[in-house]
Amino acid sequence: MKHPGAALSLCVLAAVASSAQATDTAPQARRSGTEFMSPALRALQADPAQNPAQLWVKDGEALWSRAMPGAKACADCHADGSQRGMAARHPAWDERLARPVTLAERIDQCRQRHQHQQPQGPDGPELLALAAYLAEAARGLPWAPSDDPRLLPWQQRGERLWRQRMGQLNLACTQCHDQHAGARLGGATIPQAHPTGYPSYRLEWQTLGSLPRRLRGCLVGVRAEPFAPGADEWLALEVFLARRAAGMALEGPAVRP
Amino acid sequence: MARTLIHLPPEPKRGEVIDIQVTIAHPMETGFRSNDQGVPMQRDILTHFECRFEGRTVFRAELHPAIAANPYIAFAWRVEGPGTLSFTWEGDKGFQQTETVALKVA
Amino acid sequence: MSAALTAHPTRRQMLAAGGLLALSVRPAAAQAVLEPELREAIARWCQGAVPQTGRITLDIAPLVENGNAVPVTLRVASPMTPTDHVREIAVFNERNPLRDVVRFHLGPANGRAEASTRIRLATTQHLVALARMADGSVWQHSLEVIVTLAACIEG
Repeated sequence: MKHPGAALSLCVLAAVASSAQATDTAPQARRSGTEFMSPALRALQADPAQNPAQLWVKDGEALWSRAMPGAKACADCHADGSQRGMAARHPAWDERLARPVTLAERIDQCRQRHQHQQPQGPDGPELLALAAYLAEAARGLPWAPSDDPRLLPWQQRGERLWRQRMGQLNLACTQCHDQHAGARLGGATIPQAHPTGYPSYRLEWQTLGSLPRRLRGCLVGVRAEPFAPGADEWLALEVFLARRAAGMALEGPAVRP
Repeated sequence: MARTLIHLPPEPKRGEVIDIQVTIAHPMETGFRSNDQGVPMQRDILTHFECRFEGRTVFRAELHPAIAANPYIAFAWRVEGPGTLSFTWEGDKGFQQTETVALKVA
Repeated sequence: MSAALTAHPTRRQMLAAGGLLALSVRPAAAQAVLEPELREAIARWCQGAVPQTGRITLDIAPLVENGNAVPVTLRVASPMTPTDHVREIAVFNERNPLRDVVRFHLGPANGRAEASTRIRLATTQHLVALARMADGSVWQHSLEVIVTLAACIEG
């Protein structure tokens, strides 16, 4: 496994003053969810002829160049080749909204403001197609979410949520995904939960889906009331998870069980 | 029109046995599930897939609800020469879709 | 009463995990005892021919993380000539709502008797793959697949 950004991420982690604990996943010990899957699923993910997410990538590629009625195509503003860096540098700070935005939200905002499209949310059909297309364009790049200091309060809030026991099962994310990653819960292997492969074709969903969808499933899984749609908690968690995975290679769109 | 992915070597040699891999976007709703309100969801699956070369069937599959969503099928074919390969899916609710590939031979 | 799970797995959990590991390496039975409905479905398809074990392999992971989409490849040793080829491959299951999984129709044009797809498995069960040859003979391969279910139920 490559560790191109491990040294960088160590410095970054020190710089952003996280409240690291002894049970946290050490930066050099981070492993992608791919490594926790069976050989059959890893093969499925690696082969573009078999990876079902390619249905969305193909769609996204067509959408990228298609001019919306009375408006431009994505390609008209975004130079060819610029797709490559987009997924890697999100979440980023949005000046107009005065808060961080994920790549999915950035796409949704762009489509509304520049293409007169309705907001879809991260699991809307065009959103997923474009997110899959941009995820593939960034594949292999180290995740480098913006280190704009204005993201720090969001990141810290996300970290508090990561460590907070929730739900009837009274579990914190860190208990499974830091302390027991690699162990089994029921018959399933617990991954470290680095969202480097989103949007992912999740076999459980039988379709491609976003990270917010997965996070919602996690909360339901510990029998907690999910945060309200659009709540700041979701964004805070995504900002934290991106920082926690910073430096790891992006590998979307992935397959997950 | 459902999205499809069709993978085969772009310019195979005559006589070469190639792998053809196809995927089509379809939920393959089994008919055994109920929605969140407990209402049974009607079966909606693809039931047949057929590959033809120059109009002649070279491979056929009968699909049942046990085939996973977004069905993937791969098979082998000995390249007979240049020509049209067609891929046809049929299913519930009158579903029918054909995609074609104009095959060049090295 | 809400029980907080402890940070360390209980002995029962560790035994269960170990037991699951042991199950996953259980060798496939050469002549498994199959459910009656499955045997009937196979008999109907065989149309009187008696299946012999061999020539066809059902290639599938013995332990499956999610039963919604399980990759499977069927391969039959056959020269695929006009006189000696596979006509049909059928796969049957034991524990899904219906016994049929898929049927592939082949011929000499294929060059190689091989087909792949992804199937749904409701739970741990036996699968049987059969190949009908041009000479009418039928060959089979049966094995057991262990299907684990998602740990967290999503709403």
